[in-house]
Amino acid sequence: MASDRRQNIQLTPDGRLRHFLTIEGLSRELLTHILDIAESFATLPGRPVKKVPALRGRIITNLFFENSTRTRTTFELAAKRLSADVLNFNASTSATAKGETLLDTLRNIEAMHSEMFVVRHSQSGAAHFIARHAAPGVSVINAGDGRHAHPTQAMLDMFTIRRHKGDFTPLRVAIVGDILHSRVARSQILALNTLGVTEVRVVGPRTLIPTEARALGVHVYHDLDEGLRDVDVVIMLRLQKERMDGALLPSESEYFRLYGLTNKRLEAAKPDAIVMHPGPMNRGVEMDSEVADGPRSVILQQVSYGIAVRMAVMSLCMQTHAEERGEA
Amino acid sequence: MTEAPRHIFMQHDGIIDLIDGMTGILRHYLRDREIDDPAIIGIHTGGAWIAHELHQRLDCPGPLGLLDISFYRDDFTRIGVNPQVRPSRIEFDVDERNIVLVDDVIQSGRTIRAAMNEIFDFGRPASITLVTLIERNGRQLPIQPDVVGLSLPLPTHEHIRLTGPETYSLEISRRTDA
Repeated sequence: MASDRRQNIQLTPDGRLRHFLTIEGLSRELLTHILDIAESFATLPGRPVKKVPALRGRIITNLFFENSTRTRTTFELAAKRLSADVLNFNASTSATAKGETLLDTLRNIEAMHSEMFVVRHSQSGAAHFIARHAAPGVSVINAGDGRHAHPTQAMLDMFTIRRHKGDFTPLRVAIVGDILHSRVARSQILALNTLGVTEVRVVGPRTLIPTEARALGVHVYHDLDEGLRDVDVVIMLRLQKERMDGALLPSESEYFRLYGLTNKRLEAAKPDAIVMHPGPMNRGVEMDSEVADGPRSVILQQVSYGIAVRMAVMSLCMQTHAEERGEA
Repeated sequence: MTEAPRHIFMQHDGIIDLIDGMTGILRHYLRDREIDDPAIIGIHTGGAWIAHELHQRLDCPGPLGLLDISFYRDDFTRIGVNPQVRPSRIEFDVDERNIVLVDDVIQSGRTIRAAMNEIFDFGRPASITLVTLIERNGRQLPIQPDVVGLSLPLPTHEHIRLTGPETYSLEISRRTDA
């Protein structure tokens, strides 16, 4: 265990969160701690002042090398609700687009006394790279890197599930759709298994489920009706049209016919099953609007809870690094 | 810093006597100020227990408020997140209410400052009355309780802690360098 922790740059030798790059290597206790802290932040929207002063005077930089308005906005709001100052660094207009290396850009932002980078990048491993080269005392949070990981999205999904279902252990969860291209699915599977659910299923066409899926400890289904039978949670994934290099699917309409979630198909799941989607959603492709806007959908709650979960991760990382900077 | 073994300073019955005494003093205090509808807020964890006791004894009709001030501490990045952080819950309108803020021990005054900051994020109260079970020395801010169960001068290196809530106990431990 100790050697695992030494190899995991996310954690300090005593197991506290230094960076948040992937769910891999994190314990159930740590994931539960993140969810518990997020619980206290989830009450903020009900207050007249929706901020706490925990990170007042700290600077957090959003380093987005890949566009994602929703994710960037929720990270920005999370940082602002912690009273931090936020820099938004847009790669398309940034110095890197003019030829500056990533590391030079990093050093420049560090010189502005930013203590946390929230990194979004199309290349898998980009957040790890930045974490390895960031100055001591700077935290890196992965806001999605290539096909690798999107750990805060997975944690907000876990938070949503816990809010609705309480205990993870008896649950059967189906993740449906484009598993192959989904960093979210990989992070969700790791989180669900770490939190001890009874069964994780992945459901989708053979072309969109990676051959190594079973190695992640999931049950693979290619038939949606079979895959949804008696599940407590249905997580629909976005069909990532922009990541489709070849003709992996005959057509969107055929995809919807075989894998689109409708109220009729949802009858296979448990009567109190909830429906989730990390967004943005393609209505009529992954899901029928009747389901998306129906009583079992918790999709908008996911967005709201995402702010609380990101606040929890930011506050934990910032605390660890403050101690490492010798402020403790 | 490590903590030496603790010793019991006061046991359950003594603490209940203190709370009964505080209830009487608080009742007079509120009456003198013509406050007939106080809203009670306790600070996690010990303060919430005492607040619950006062809430029952004063027969307050409204819900009890609970505060976890972890994210309001001015030394948050040094002392960090309380491992058992709990959501603050104030399910009443704070605006223009007469608040009774309850903690178990007041020492530096920083916890109370953080709690007042958090209360003001819920609204602007008409007044705040501070109640603590134990008032000890070591104040670093000009904050004093209005109602106190027991004033207890303690050496700087001694720490007093309330345990409970099924059976209350006040424990004193001595902090020594590791």
